[in-house]
Amino acid sequence: MELEKDIELQSDIGEKEVETHKRTDAKKEHRGKLLITLFLNTLYISTFTFGGGFVIITFMKRKFVDDLKWINEQEMLDMSALAQSSPGAIAVNAAILIGWKICGFPGMIVAVIGTILPPMVILAVLSFFYTAFAGNGYVALLLKGMQAGVAAVILDVVWGLGGNVIKERSKLSIIIMLTGFVAAFVFDINVIYIILAASMIGICKAILPRRQGVKS
Amino acid sequence: MPLIQSQVVETHGWLSMNEFINLITIAEMTPGPIGVNAASFVGTRIAGMGGAIIATFACILPSCFIVSLLAYIYGRYKQVSALQNILACLRPAIVALIASAGFSILGTVVFNGNHIQLSSVDWIGIGTFIVAFIVLRKWKWNPILVMSLCGVVGLGLNLLMGGIPK
Repeated sequence: MELEKDIELQSDIGEKEVETHKRTDAKKEHRGKLLITLFLNTLYISTFTFGGGFVIITFMKRKFVDDLKWINEQEMLDMSALAQSSPGAIAVNAAILIGWKICGFPGMIVAVIGTILPPMVILAVLSFFYTAFAGNGYVALLLKGMQAGVAAVILDVVWGLGGNVIKERSKLSIIIMLTGFVAAFVFDINVIYIILAASMIGICKAILPRRQGVKS
Repeated sequence: MPLIQSQVVETHGWLSMNEFINLITIAEMTPGPIGVNAASFVGTRIAGMGGAIIATFACILPSCFIVSLLAYIYGRYKQVSALQNILACLRPAIVALIASAGFSILGTVVFNGNHIQLSSVDWIGIGTFIVAFIVLRKWKWNPILVMSLCGVVGLGLNLLMGGIPK
């Protein structure tokens, strides 16, 4: 009897092991799929994103926040702040952060390669006949038309983000947003100073209530 | 950009100033971050495909380290209230910066990079912008599709109005 029980127990354990194996396999497969989706999306975004870093951030927001729902809007904005305040290209930094968040180290590698591959290939090819490309009137007109589209995409995303900031009904956030915009757009103040100023306000806000608490 | 120039043109003499100006034009016209574009361009000119790969990786390696460190810190201390406060103040600032980037692109579209006056207004540019914006907001079209269509429509309309470009 005892022996039978033992055997039963063992086979139970065996089954469980098989199950856990299956589960890790499924996890691996899921991870693989996730990595492939991540790679294809960064590749796609990077291929079609003309212009500076903030353009790619708006595209990433549309894709990863609105479509895939991998991260939420706040995280996306936090990541943009981190990407902007670190040295290097915003697009690459943002890819590192999103890749890291979604799939850890492999995710980071995949997202970075997806982001830099298209410009690398395009530039390598173009460097051989760049005068023909840069001097071509058709190309210039095409790119000029695309700029109108880029502006529309960015302002569409801004409309959504700004609307959410206003919905929060925090006076401080709205003031930061408006002064930040005036500082950047009208007075052309360097981005780094604006980010520093906003962080300082955040630090003050973190310290002040605590002091009041000690007093009372 | 000035940093790249001093290294590439003055210190190493890899490109002439003229070539460098072309590089900037192309780096701004093609997709991808300018730093990476410049690195691949210079790399290819000097050492072919291998040069492009090495230059690009060297260009992003430092930011990889720094950003992963920041990502780690962010993930670890995200819940701490002090950092929460700072992030809460940074978010509206980032929205403002994105808005500013969008409006300055819109500015170059509308005024063609000229002075702000009515005569230099590009009506085709404004028209495509407005249509693109409505399509994006109301029907949530794919942004990359909208952008490409804008390019084609802009090219077509400009050709119809002004003839073949020089």
